[in-house]
Amino acid sequence: MIREELEGMYHILLKDLKAYYFKPPNISWGILFPLVLALSFTIRNPEGLADLAPGLVAMAALFGTTSMEAIVITFEKRIGALERLLLAPVSLSTILLGKVLGGAVFGIIISSVMTLIALLFLDMTIIHPLLFTASLLLTVLAHSALGALVAVSVKEVFEAQTLSNYFRFPMVFLCGVFLPVEAMPLPIQLVARFLPLTYTIEAFRQTLSISPSLTLLLRDLIVLSLFLISFQILATRMLKKSME
Amino acid sequence: MPVKNVIEASSLTKYYGELCAVDHVNFTVKRGEVFGFLGPNGAGKTTTIRILVGLTAPTEGTAYINDLDIRKDIVQIKQHIGVVPDTSNLYDELTAWENLEFMAGLYHVPRENREKRAQELLKSFDLWDRRGTRFGKLSSGLKRRMTIAAALIHNPNILFFDEPTSGLDVMSARSLRSLLRELTETGVTTFLTTHYIEEADQLCERIAIIVKGRIVTIDTPQNLKLKFQKVPTIEVSFTTPIKSSSLEELKAIDQVKVSENRMRGQTKNVNETIKELTAFAEEHDLEILHVNTITPNLEDAFVRLTGLESETMLVEKERRGGRG
Repeated sequence: MIREELEGMYHILLKDLKAYYFKPPNISWGILFPLVLALSFTIRNPEGLADLAPGLVAMAALFGTTSMEAIVITFEKRIGALERLLLAPVSLSTILLGKVLGGAVFGIIISSVMTLIALLFLDMTIIHPLLFTASLLLTVLAHSALGALVAVSVKEVFEAQTLSNYFRFPMVFLCGVFLPVEAMPLPIQLVARFLPLTYTIEAFRQTLSISPSLTLLLRDLIVLSLFLISFQILATRMLKKSME
Repeated sequence: MPVKNVIEASSLTKYYGELCAVDHVNFTVKRGEVFGFLGPNGAGKTTTIRILVGLTAPTEGTAYINDLDIRKDIVQIKQHIGVVPDTSNLYDELTAWENLEFMAGLYHVPRENREKRAQELLKSFDLWDRRGTRFGKLSSGLKRRMTIAAALIHNPNILFFDEPTSGLDVMSARSLRSLLRELTETGVTTFLTTHYIEEADQLCERIAIIVKGRIVTIDTPQNLKLKFQKVPTIEVSFTTPIKSSSLEELKAIDQVKVSENRMRGQTKNVNETIKELTAFAEEHDLEILHVNTITPNLEDAFVRLTGLESETMLVEKERRGGRG
């Protein structure tokens, strides 16, 4: 039973990568997006880029996962191809997990390009690569699940884009990409605590530090896992409700 | 030994808000049978099929497929059924081969059999030469064939077809019907919905006629036709147009319908009707061009059972774009 569910998830992931993510325009966007992001910040202010680097990697992960994930699911819903998956002998949560994995793989590619740029040109140094990788994996999974949640809540592709931007852009400003959350006014700090990107940036910063707080890092990873589980459960419930 | 029922619908009901799309529907389908759901647009055909294949949940009642309850065991049920939806919804970006490969993996076809099965299906559906073509680039007829091939990838013992020939040109529809006939000869149980009466007549062993979410009758096409054979239809053409009001005086003919210079109605006594018609023509200075008696076909049976015109069913269907 579990083997069949895992097999189904794997085939959905492979199909999504082949049919949507690994298309030349998406790959070139995936490389260009972090490049442009890094270049624009370097031109704006070449000072303190190392401090900004974790935020840029987090942004790349956020945009890389949510932008495609929301479109892929909404597009399949629109053309009826999602029904093809719903007819298969796998559970709804497996179907959505397969989809989330597709978005996560694409997010890893984009954020890996950004990480490479940050390492080579922005003076970023990863002190704890394994912890950094764990943080990145949980980040792309949680944000991809958020993309899936957006996609199952709307009908049209343009609605998915609009709704994604509704939370993506505020997140960039509220979650510590440019300024640490602690430096912001208290009400904003409170809002930031409810947004997954905050924990991504904090986790990344810990993994770049020579003496990280493992307690804080563990808290960030647990919170990201909870976001992933919550988004996944909500997306599955919404999909099920849409079938009633 | 009685043939086992593989589908049993028990008081199946579906509400969309206030609207009752399927109203306490009961029917059974025997193993190896070709069972048709025939009805006009909005009758509840597609909703019934969507409930049976797990795409939507029933509001009340349930159905058993291979003795498994659709409310509890839908994932297991899906392993035994193949579904051909009313739209060809495989993946445009993948080739015919990649689509089948994906479906084989999704339906847990053992790895060692996947290639062989895909090859077998592409060859038997005359798609082998197009195996490297993207699904999105195939013609609608070939897309339909591919969709059927994909539904068969895991050797299901029950096949659901929702409007199999809808939207196809005459040649593709004909070739698809012969393909369906070949498939049904292999012993697979087939449940199909259609708004084409002729298609139901040609393909189905039993037909359920559904109108406004309720099953009006379930019988074989032969029995449905026989029920009305005692009441033949008579069709008369005159040289000039006639007024329907003037035909009210005819006593031997019922349910008269007039179109320009032609009238059609039902009679219990053909001789009596012809005598009456001749007198009527002389009285109104009309000349009879043709007189035909028609043995009722399934279309007549459908019209009499539902009170609907078969043509309006098609027009509505095309206007609303396929969902029934």
